[in-house]
Amino acid sequence: MTSTTPLLEVSRISRIIDGKTILDDVSLSLNKGDLKVVIGPSGGGKSTLLQCINFLQVPNSGDVFLAGQSARAMGRRNICGFRQKIGMIFQDFNLFDHLNALDNVAVALRKVKGEKKVQARKRAMSELERVGLADKFHLYPSQLSGGQKQRVSLARALAMDPMVMLLDEPTSALDPELIGEVLNVIAQLSLSGMTMLMVTHQIGFARHLTTEIIFMEEGRVVETGPPELLEAGPGGGRAADFCAKLAEVTGR
Amino acid sequence: MDTWEFYRHILIPAVNKGLIISIQLILPSAALGVILGLLVGAGRAVGPGWLAKILNAYVSVFRGTPLVVQLVMWFYGLPGLALKLEAVLKPCGFPPVWEWLLLSPYAAAVLGFTLCSAAYQSEYIRGAVLSIKKGQFLAARSLGFSNSQAFWAITAPVAVRRALPGCGNEIIYLIKYSSLALVVTVSEITGQARNVASLYFRHLECYLLAALYYLAMVTVATLILHWLEKKLAVPGPEGLNRD
Amino acid sequence: MTPPAASLLSPETLASLSEFLQSALFVAQGCGYTVALILLAMSIGLAVGLPLSAFQVYGPKWTRRLAGLYIWFFRGIPILVLMFMIYFGFFNIIESVCLKWSGKPLTLSPFLASVLALGLASGAYQSQIFKGAILSLPSGQFRAALAMGFSRTSAIVSIVLPQAMRISIPAWSNEYSILLKDSAVAYVLGTMEIMARTRFMTSLTFTHTPYYLLAGLLYYLLTWLGVKMLNRLDKMTRIPGLGHDLKAEDHLQAD
Repeated sequence: MTSTTPLLEVSRISRIIDGKTILDDVSLSLNKGDLKVVIGPSGGGKSTLLQCINFLQVPNSGDVFLAGQSARAMGRRNICGFRQKIGMIFQDFNLFDHLNALDNVAVALRKVKGEKKVQARKRAMSELERVGLADKFHLYPSQLSGGQKQRVSLARALAMDPMVMLLDEPTSALDPELIGEVLNVIAQLSLSGMTMLMVTHQIGFARHLTTEIIFMEEGRVVETGPPELLEAGPGGGRAADFCAKLAEVTGR
Repeated sequence: MDTWEFYRHILIPAVNKGLIISIQLILPSAALGVILGLLVGAGRAVGPGWLAKILNAYVSVFRGTPLVVQLVMWFYGLPGLALKLEAVLKPCGFPPVWEWLLLSPYAAAVLGFTLCSAAYQSEYIRGAVLSIKKGQFLAARSLGFSNSQAFWAITAPVAVRRALPGCGNEIIYLIKYSSLALVVTVSEITGQARNVASLYFRHLECYLLAALYYLAMVTVATLILHWLEKKLAVPGPEGLNRD
Repeated sequence: MTPPAASLLSPETLASLSEFLQSALFVAQGCGYTVALILLAMSIGLAVGLPLSAFQVYGPKWTRRLAGLYIWFFRGIPILVLMFMIYFGFFNIIESVCLKWSGKPLTLSPFLASVLALGLASGAYQSQIFKGAILSLPSGQFRAALAMGFSRTSAIVSIVLPQAMRISIPAWSNEYSILLKDSAVAYVLGTMEIMARTRFMTSLTFTHTPYYLLAGLLYYLLTWLGVKMLNRLDKMTRIPGLGHDLKAEDHLQAD
């Protein structure tokens, strides 16, 4: 990989469902170590964008390249290997309800990577340690708080050694007092060089860590730019406008 | 005899004859089963404690034992009891009530189906009655409804909707289990098919045709049930048909 | 009406009592057959029902149609007709084909026919149970598994079905008691289970009622015992937060 090739390149993808255009010719790229943040009003196609990037939804046109490899060129079988290299975090965690925290992290290591049980659990344990939940390894999802669930799901994604992480509003389903613990883990990850694309409404958090803000509306990328983009105040860009409104509502 | 002739002159007429007998079994058993089920279900839900206990025992026994066992009991078991009764009662000058226990095959089948079906039906009725909120009844009373007005205007329509899917399914089961009339020598669809099959040694065709007849009856009954459910459905996620 | 106490203990009564006990034992030995019958049938039903339910929820359109056809067929025909069809229809054909090809006679037992009939029909019912359970799971877990690199098949096998099966245990005990009662029909083919032994004894002794009551009691006990054991399984395999709000009756109105 040359330094000019981005690690993740999304090239002109569109997604149409039942005649409605959800994503319209969206392009973006991430270099190694980038943390880019996608913001915008709900229904703007942000979640669809993330799901199209790892081909959970197949875009109607356009392609995604991970380290120069085209997702579209892969067969049905290889796409699983492609997804394996892209970690994904969901708004509602989607932990596996029948497995405890440890096995939630270990199951993909065993079933997807084919690792031995002992080895997989060892790795899972060290990932749980990384997110500060080693002492909770034996608890089932229903016995964990929202913040703990999201940290387990981070550990689960990290255990697969992803090249890129996609985070879909990782803190939206959390009580306000639990948001901090999850954002902490994400911040640490970013500082340690993980490449991430994150959909969020946590503007304050975004401002400090992100390299670029991507503002999406009605399926299109309307504005992109540095975090200062958000601070233009009223009458600035659409993104600044949106943030001003958001601040009004949340009081921040 | 070629296949077509066999179907036209032997198999189909025989199974058609069986179909009529099947319907003669199913309709009265279903109707009586629902009526008895209503009584039993209501008794278990709102009746006095001792009655509920007796009825619960009845339901438990009839749901806990196979229908085949019940059928042979009515058809083969009752005559033995009749003989014993006769021995005791006749010398005392009783009228011959024991003869009522000598059931014809048809009567034994209808009795067996009805009693078994009613036990299952009562479960759905009981559930429906118990699920109705007392508040609705009170609200109706506060609007000036009389007790019976409130029951017929508020409680009954809700209970019917709640019980309908279960009771309808029960009737569909009855259609299939009517084939067990064979064990008490009633020749409905299955019996007719078996007679022809063993006479002409064409088993697969005969039983396949019988299966088709049952499939048709079950499918028609299912469609009617769905149509009824749809017609009575109350819209909304908290619709009455949800449990 | 009741005989005096003296005649209760008379030698003749005692003799006939011991005779009845002996034949009751013979009937009770049918429990083994009955239990074997339903355990095998339940396993076949599980093997058929699990993939059917997965096809119905996750499969392409044609597999969904095919699964629907299977369920429509096996739910729509009586177990008795199915037994006749398999035993007299298919088994005859298989036996005669085997005789023609290999020259050796092959005898397929009524027990096998009963197991197949009960199992194939149970497969249709069990698929309905599992389908209900799968649909009650949050769909995000399937998506999360795919996102981690699971193939669709392995996500279904390692994430969806273990949960669906766990949730289905209460509905399973319902299916067990239905199968148990349906298994009595197998006597018509001559499978030596409880009912066949009962009928054998009644025709031998010309007394009916005591034997039918005995058969009823045995079935009642087996139902009770099986449901109790499945309840225990339910408790043993309970996972916090999984399937507590799900009632068996919601997914199966099969009795």
